[in-house]
Amino acid sequence: MTGEATTAVLGTDGMAALIRALTARGRTVIGPTVRDGAIVLAELTDGAELPYGWGVELAAGHYRVRPRADGAAFAHSAGPQSWKTYLHPQRERQWSADRAADGAWVVSEEAAPPPAYAFLGVRPCDLRAIAVQDRVLAGGPHADSRYRARRERAFLVVVECTEPGATCFCASMGTGPAADGGYDLALTEVVDAGGHRFWARAGSDEGASVLAELPHLPDDPALATGARDLVAAAAGRMGRTMPETDLQALMRETLHADRWNDVAARCLTCGNCTMACPTCFCTSAEDVTDLTGDHAERWRRWESCFDLEFSHLPGGPVRASGRSRYRQWATHKLGTWYDQFGSSGCVGCGRCIVWCPVGIDITEEAHALHTERAAGGAPGEEGR
Amino acid sequence: MTTERPGFLAALPSAHRDRLLTLAREAAFPAALRLFDEGGPADRFWVLRSGTVALDVYEPGRGTIVVETLGPGELLGWSWLFEPYRWHLGARTRTPVAAYAFDAARVRAAIDADPAFGLAVTRCVAAVAIGRRLRAARMRLLDLYGAPGTPPGTTGAVP
Amino acid sequence: MTAARPDLVPVPYRVGERTERTDDTADLVLEPVAGALPPFVPGQFAMVYAFGAGDIPLSLSGLDGHRLTHTVRAVGAVSRALHGLPPGATVGVRGPFGIGWGLTAARGRDLVVVAGGLGLAPLRPLVRAALAAPSRYGRLTVLIGARSPGDLLYGRDTDAWRAAGARVEVTVDRPDDGWQGDVGVVTALLDRAEYDPRNATAFVCGPEVMMRATARDLRHRGLGADRIQVSLERTMHCGTGHCGHCQLGPLLLCRDGPVIPWRHAEPLLSVREL
Repeated sequence: MTGEATTAVLGTDGMAALIRALTARGRTVIGPTVRDGAIVLAELTDGAELPYGWGVELAAGHYRVRPRADGAAFAHSAGPQSWKTYLHPQRERQWSADRAADGAWVVSEEAAPPPAYAFLGVRPCDLRAIAVQDRVLAGGPHADSRYRARRERAFLVVVECTEPGATCFCASMGTGPAADGGYDLALTEVVDAGGHRFWARAGSDEGASVLAELPHLPDDPALATGARDLVAAAAGRMGRTMPETDLQALMRETLHADRWNDVAARCLTCGNCTMACPTCFCTSAEDVTDLTGDHAERWRRWESCFDLEFSHLPGGPVRASGRSRYRQWATHKLGTWYDQFGSSGCVGCGRCIVWCPVGIDITEEAHALHTERAAGGAPGEEGR
Repeated sequence: MTTERPGFLAALPSAHRDRLLTLAREAAFPAALRLFDEGGPADRFWVLRSGTVALDVYEPGRGTIVVETLGPGELLGWSWLFEPYRWHLGARTRTPVAAYAFDAARVRAAIDADPAFGLAVTRCVAAVAIGRRLRAARMRLLDLYGAPGTPPGTTGAVP
Repeated sequence: MTAARPDLVPVPYRVGERTERTDDTADLVLEPVAGALPPFVPGQFAMVYAFGAGDIPLSLSGLDGHRLTHTVRAVGAVSRALHGLPPGATVGVRGPFGIGWGLTAARGRDLVVVAGGLGLAPLRPLVRAALAAPSRYGRLTVLIGARSPGDLLYGRDTDAWRAAGARVEVTVDRPDDGWQGDVGVVTALLDRAEYDPRNATAFVCGPEVMMRATARDLRHRGLGADRIQVSLERTMHCGTGHCGHCQLGPLLLCRDGPVIPWRHAEPLLSVREL
């Protein structure tokens, strides 16, 4: 990095300046804001749009915004969306084809330049989720070039967590609440007798250069220590935990567990968990033509493994039962993701728990599988 | 050139195999020779050494329908082992055939006289001939190669 | 415009020849309109696009320089559209994708090829490759099961394979009056294959039930589980490992397959609805 300062203390005016500075660099700034009774991700043009004074109350199948007396902007945890909404959009045209009178046709690759985003308020679990999707979509032999272009242009401002939610378990998954690299700027928000301050560190040259443009508050060595202590304390206040076992092995060894029947009896196979999950990446191809029939387009859209069509073969779906579809989702997320992409697919953000309409809790299911395996219940024979 | 291959006899423990072979005589048939008919007395059986034999049924109006073919190493005929000792299918050579031929009454007498030999032969017939053919029949019942979703008996062709 | 990324954007090919194989199955020989895709190996697959209808994974049933042959059975919207294309029509092709047959690793060994129904298609270029280099391999046996004599693919090929030294055995489920060959399941032919189980590799493709039965019988005859290769089928939308549809437990079949050793396939195929 250059010789520019790599740490600084910012105030709320510094946050407003950060949004302005990123916008001035031609970036679309996306961050949290309160809308429709939730803290959502949206384009920000002004620091006042940040959710100052708002927190969230989370439980399985439950989400409410709650006012906070301390005025903190980042004392909330994962909301209904994640950054994949921007990096791996719900629906995207990949190419189009036009047919001439002689029947021959030509393909045009999607030409619109990818947007240059700045993400403000990425939580450490979500930072890991972005890294996980990087491996899936850009890490193999066939990189998704449009994903990669959006990703390479994105400027990431991480905000560490000091206030974990009741459905959070990033400490179990080793993904938070501290950020340990992979960002342009990292912030820790501290509201105390010293005022409302952000301890900021640059993680890249561009991060340092942006940081240098912002108004700084006086240096305070105690702030860094206090910020670290708050994040360390947050690790001990997680609302949920995963069983302390090798989850990949647990998933592999419990494919025949009775617990899958239990959860299948509750699961609506609605797919909300897959839409809310920051790492779920599955898509379907959609081919459309216009009324002339001579212009065709290829779109790809988010798809859920809970959809019956997901595993469709000419004779019918491979995973016809809800049991097999929940099992596919959970074992992929916690187990076979390691085989496919070298890491867990779960980052412990808790969104799937919050946004499940019947409150299915992946940590509770994992504990139940762990208990059933320990009791010698699995592996058994599947129902005959 | 065809020689003996793993098959019915190879599945018998060697002492019992040798014993059974003392009851065998060598036989040879030309192609297209009718060996037996459905309903006839099952008084013989064969272990094929070369050539193939078709098992068939006759249906008025449809003629002779081949159900399965048997090749080298395979047991031709198991109805001789179980009452009422009548053939369930007919058999006809498709090619010139060389075989070990057995007289059913003599083998049944040997089976009755020596329970250990009898058990070995019966297990072998059950596993190698009946079990394998039952599995094969069930697999064919699935009509695996038809287009998905088309009922057996249709071509699966899309109009 | 030629696509810069032939794995993501289809490359135009023209239907050079079309040959009806059975009532519902035809061979399409595709020739590149301008630039060709990178070379395929037997067992790999392409995503083939019919204008406006979509694309489907299709194995290669013939490889001849830049000419790609696909054997297409009309069973779904896209395959019906492709099946009906006349010579001269344009299709889009992406690929090559996946891991093909491990023929190189079978050098010096006897080869046992077992095909059921349309499963013969991806095995055909393998058989041709083995026959083109007879000194590299031991004996070659090709066992073929089909529904009826009319469903037998590549009839002239099998004669040529015999003439080139392969042992070829064919059996059908439903004989017609003129059929003088074998009747029964393809596994019943295994006793006629010429191979040393300690030094042989088997290549199996067909419906999953048939592959399971074949692999079990081959194991019973002494073949190692890593010497039996099967080619599996699951839904695929992208071919590039991004869409998630082709998962089979730890595998993404478009990336880790479609050909996988029985050692890996057996435990996965034994779990229902995996």
